[in-house]
Amino acid sequence: MAAGLDAAEGVKRDRHRARRRLGGALWRRPWLKGLSLLSPPVLAFTLVYVAALVALFISAFWTVNPFTSQLIHHWTFDNFRTLWNEPAYRTVAIRTVTIAAAVTVTDALIAFPFAYYMARVASRRTRGFLFVLVLLPLWASYLARVYAWRLILNSDGLLNWSLHKLGLPPANIAYSNTAMWIVFSYIWLPFMILPVYAALERIPHSYIEASRDLGAKGGRTLRTVILPLALPGVVAGSIFTFSLTLGDYITPVLIGGASSQFIGNVVYDSVNQSSNLPFGAAFAVVPVVVMGAYLMIARRLGAFEAL
Amino acid sequence: MTTRSMWALVVLLAVGLAFPAAGVSAQRGGTLNMIAWEGYLQPQWVKPFQKNTGCTIHQKYAGSSDEMVTLMRSGGGDQYDMVSASGDASLRLIYGKDVQTIDPTKIPDYKNFGPAFKSPPNNTIGGKHYGLSLQWGPNTLLYNTKVVKPAPTSWASIYSPQYKGKVTVPDNPIQIADAALYLMKTQPSLGIKDPYELNSAQFTATLNLLKKQKPLIKKYWALASDEIDLFKNGDAVIGASWPYQTNTLIAAKAPVKDLVPKEGATGWLDTWMVSAHTKNLDCAYKWLSWISTPKVQAEQAVYFGETPVNSKACPFMNKLAKGSCATYHANAPLKYFKQIHFWKTPIADCGNGQKNCMDYTKWQQAWTQLKG
Repeated sequence: MAAGLDAAEGVKRDRHRARRRLGGALWRRPWLKGLSLLSPPVLAFTLVYVAALVALFISAFWTVNPFTSQLIHHWTFDNFRTLWNEPAYRTVAIRTVTIAAAVTVTDALIAFPFAYYMARVASRRTRGFLFVLVLLPLWASYLARVYAWRLILNSDGLLNWSLHKLGLPPANIAYSNTAMWIVFSYIWLPFMILPVYAALERIPHSYIEASRDLGAKGGRTLRTVILPLALPGVVAGSIFTFSLTLGDYITPVLIGGASSQFIGNVVYDSVNQSSNLPFGAAFAVVPVVVMGAYLMIARRLGAFEAL
Repeated sequence: MTTRSMWALVVLLAVGLAFPAAGVSAQRGGTLNMIAWEGYLQPQWVKPFQKNTGCTIHQKYAGSSDEMVTLMRSGGGDQYDMVSASGDASLRLIYGKDVQTIDPTKIPDYKNFGPAFKSPPNNTIGGKHYGLSLQWGPNTLLYNTKVVKPAPTSWASIYSPQYKGKVTVPDNPIQIADAALYLMKTQPSLGIKDPYELNSAQFTATLNLLKKQKPLIKKYWALASDEIDLFKNGDAVIGASWPYQTNTLIAAKAPVKDLVPKEGATGWLDTWMVSAHTKNLDCAYKWLSWISTPKVQAEQAVYFGETPVNSKACPFMNKLAKGSCATYHANAPLKYFKQIHFWKTPIADCGNGQKNCMDYTKWQQAWTQLKG
């Protein structure tokens, strides 16, 4: 019995010693500590995310046998050539980017005064209440919100009913690109408000006081102090609104009209309808490139510090 | 709000948006893994089958014919045992060697099938049966009786500017055949014999008609519920439809009617097909026999709003829903079927010895480019 206790003690001591040695080794070599902490997420990131992107990019250079849907592993630029030569795909790409840009600008214009009020004017209580208001829609299903807009915008919907009551002519915007622009702007608005708010809140009050002391009126302070300091927040928000719109394919199906395809819809159709993964992959490269360029510009404007 | 909690929020949201639908686990044994249209494997007739035969059914609903083909070919083709393929998928499955021939004489109710459904060209090739016809329905012309006056008699209504901005047609490449059928009747000089077998010139003429139609279109509908919404809310007053939408709209007291116009119509005919790689052929035959019995045929027809191929199903239909046999033309004379051109996959082989017809890939590309 005593011997057993001794053995248990010995094991405990050994373990303790091993742990100390490990701790010492990590302390002596900080890079080892960093490596062991970072490698799991980095590995997961590389395997799951980067590898998937690379696979996508590679398959864009393959083709598909139209009859059997088998991949043909033969390197060719055919998919990209089709994309370039066929005006329909150019129209789709331009439409997608244009609407994404329009949505981003709209959201920035709406979000700025809202976030400004939240950050600098509202009382603590009101601010909390406004936060709930901004975040509440995010708890409801995306689809439910899109369908709700359909009820508002359609011919016999809330919008036309209200216009009629006001004695105005009906707005015929259901199932159109205008409708998509409105719905996207609504859906992604919280993603713009939050970073703009974060940026505005971070501006020290002393800056504004200093500006005032130096004789700047409200407009001047806004232009030369607040806006430049809030800009990274706006750009950070625009990354969300732009990329989320750029990658969407559900709203175009539900809200769009006869000419409302997005890049995502063409990709979806080529994978699901034609079993033509390579062509879908080739088209999917377009938003990746657009987003890459966008992020480079955003970094220049300091958006990443605002996140 | 701190930066960190904002990130947490964004991540949470992204996870919510990206979470994929759970797949079907492929189990073996006395089981059938089936790909079907939504509503085709209702407990109402699946449960008694499982109880009677001991065969278990695992279902996977597909949203389009193209998805069905993709699924049947996934994992080397041995993931699924059966598929309820429509005519625009069946030939692809047959020529792709994804499905096997069946012996209809082993199906007791086969002899009761309407003559048009025993060996239709979308599942029978050279006398070989690659599946058993199931249910069918026409693609009808649906219109709002309050707005569209006089009542339309021709498909010309959806190609003329009279109802500009109020027209809706399905978002489906096979819709090209509807336009081809219209041209077949109105422009005989093009020489279209079969709306699914179009040579280059005929194809171009058809696409030109569709391009001219595009400015009239309110929306290319993707889901039946989309079209129902369009008609309910007055965003569309005329369009191509299925009887299902008509019945749903009439049940909701919407002022609509549908018809098969004088040019005839396209239609779908679904076929239960058996995978070439199935390990459960016994269960598959049991399912084919079960699903073609008059009572089950009637149950499915009434549930889904389509027409059974078994001519003995009528009394059962009327028992389930009064007058449904006549509503769905289950007792219609042969003349009625003659005007329906059932969906079949367009292939390069024109059927007249020439191989210069536009195949389905071309149809799909043209459709995507048409929508632009």
